[in-house]
Amino acid sequence: MKASPAYRVFRVVALTVVVLALIAPLLWMIAASFKTNVDIYDTGKALVFSPTMDNYVKVLQQANYVQFIGNSLWVAFAATVASLVLGVPAAYSMSRFNMKKSALVVLMARVIPGVSLLVPWYYVFSNLKMVGGSGVLILSHMFVSLPLVVYIMMGYFDSMPEELEEAALVDGLTHIGAFRRIMLPLSVPGIATAGILSIIFSWNNFMFALVLSDADTKTLPVAIFDFVGYASIDWGGLMAAATVVTVPIMLIALFVQKYVVSGLTAGATKG
Amino acid sequence: MATITTTKGSRSAPTGPDTPAWVRWANDHRKWLFAAPAMVFVAALIAIPLAWTGYLSLTDTEGSVRAESTFVGVQNYLDVLSDTERFWPAVGRTATFTVVALLFEVVLGMAIALLLWRPFKGQKWVRVAILMPLVATPVAVGMMWRLIFDPNIGMANQILGWVGIGPQPWLAGQYTALPTTIFIDVWQWTPMVVLILLAGLTSLSEEPQEAARIDGASTWQRFRHVTLPLLMPTVTVAILLRGIDALKTFDVLYATKGRGGGSFHEVETLNVYAYGLSFDYNEYGVSSTVLILFFLIIIGSMWALTARRKEAKR
Repeated sequence: MKASPAYRVFRVVALTVVVLALIAPLLWMIAASFKTNVDIYDTGKALVFSPTMDNYVKVLQQANYVQFIGNSLWVAFAATVASLVLGVPAAYSMSRFNMKKSALVVLMARVIPGVSLLVPWYYVFSNLKMVGGSGVLILSHMFVSLPLVVYIMMGYFDSMPEELEEAALVDGLTHIGAFRRIMLPLSVPGIATAGILSIIFSWNNFMFALVLSDADTKTLPVAIFDFVGYASIDWGGLMAAATVVTVPIMLIALFVQKYVVSGLTAGATKG
Repeated sequence: MATITTTKGSRSAPTGPDTPAWVRWANDHRKWLFAAPAMVFVAALIAIPLAWTGYLSLTDTEGSVRAESTFVGVQNYLDVLSDTERFWPAVGRTATFTVVALLFEVVLGMAIALLLWRPFKGQKWVRVAILMPLVATPVAVGMMWRLIFDPNIGMANQILGWVGIGPQPWLAGQYTALPTTIFIDVWQWTPMVVLILLAGLTSLSEEPQEAARIDGASTWQRFRHVTLPLLMPTVTVAILLRGIDALKTFDVLYATKGRGGGSFHEVETLNVYAYGLSFDYNEYGVSSTVLILFFLIIIGSMWALTARRKEAKR
């Protein structure tokens, strides 16, 4: 049945409002990042202003953001690779052998408040002289990405027919050989989904780096606070910093939309 | 299966009499060989610290985790549970924040998902737009809204001015700060609910819809008596996933109001309170107590929700 004309008009209007409400604030942030602080304070210059790159020069050169971008990238990349290496075989085992209790233990990490781990971590890692290094940041971000990888990959392996593996065994592969040569190559889309989601969540993570990093190893979400002073806020610099953090991740989401959506909704419809 | 010794077309050694013992051992124990590294990691980084937090909650540790401390039993729990100045208000704010935000997110999310259900021209672009708030870094989102909601230079009051409403204090007001942070949460996470519900709607079969239509059911009746009951499991999953994260919200609250949830603790939820106790005041004993109670609250609400879901399934 075709939708009625009245409904179609309503849908266009309603969805336009939704899209504007979701996108306009982000565009506002990006616009402000190209304004001088004088223009930001002048509400008359909301839309008409002469763009300036000063804020970006400030962020990238004076505020040392190139280094923080590097930190964020390295931590996100390393935590993701490590989580995939540990998480993919574990998810395979948990899916094939129906290890419900073990899966539940890993997924508990999604439930536990991060603060309750930070105190013991801080104590142990400062004794090991690791606080402030990037190793401890990578470990802490794995706390977020490993459960994510296990959760997404378990769903993926559940959906792969067991016959594939049985055929490989008949062809003379060992169980581990079948996993390595048949199941792994076939699960590349799932691994991509898990990897992308893990990178996004690690890049966006704030609390662990807030406690465990120092002035040299801090990641972008922590570095944003450099522009917030006790007495005043450098709005132009702050918005440029916020844009530098947010836009790369939005571009990734734009290009690999399908993977991001399937990762975010993984397991939601199994009932 | 594993004892088949055919070699035709094989590219790696089959498990037969010639197989090295360690390969056979690895294959026989693959279940735990695969799962153990992840499990050990989780145990070392989560289970042990959590147990330690549990122990700290029974001591009067403060200043440094290494400091001399005495075992005080459940004293911290008695103190915290009778603390009507910081603890119970934080419980109230956490509950208010989560319940109100979830209510808006589920209702709005359902409406938007229904609008996006049937294919139409331009649908792809709406889906892209919906994804943007969802992947944006929460701290940056907090800063962005801080500018928009600034009482003097923010766009929000500007827009209110156009429709003749006076300026509001938004994040800066003692009573408007919490509702404003709820608004930010709804802005950022309604898309998550939309995506989950949309995945659920797409997986529904068409037949019940058709049958109801032939029986002359109106659009509302079809939604109320066909679509909604079938979609209920997905709605529960959305509430569960979103609820856990909403209870633990930290980034946006810290970015907009700073330490202690503002000078009147106006957005101090349990997570913000526990963070402050640990890292601003170094009250490790008390903070561990708050964290254990917080953890129990999260587990309790999850359990209540899934129990209700099982009930509904019967």
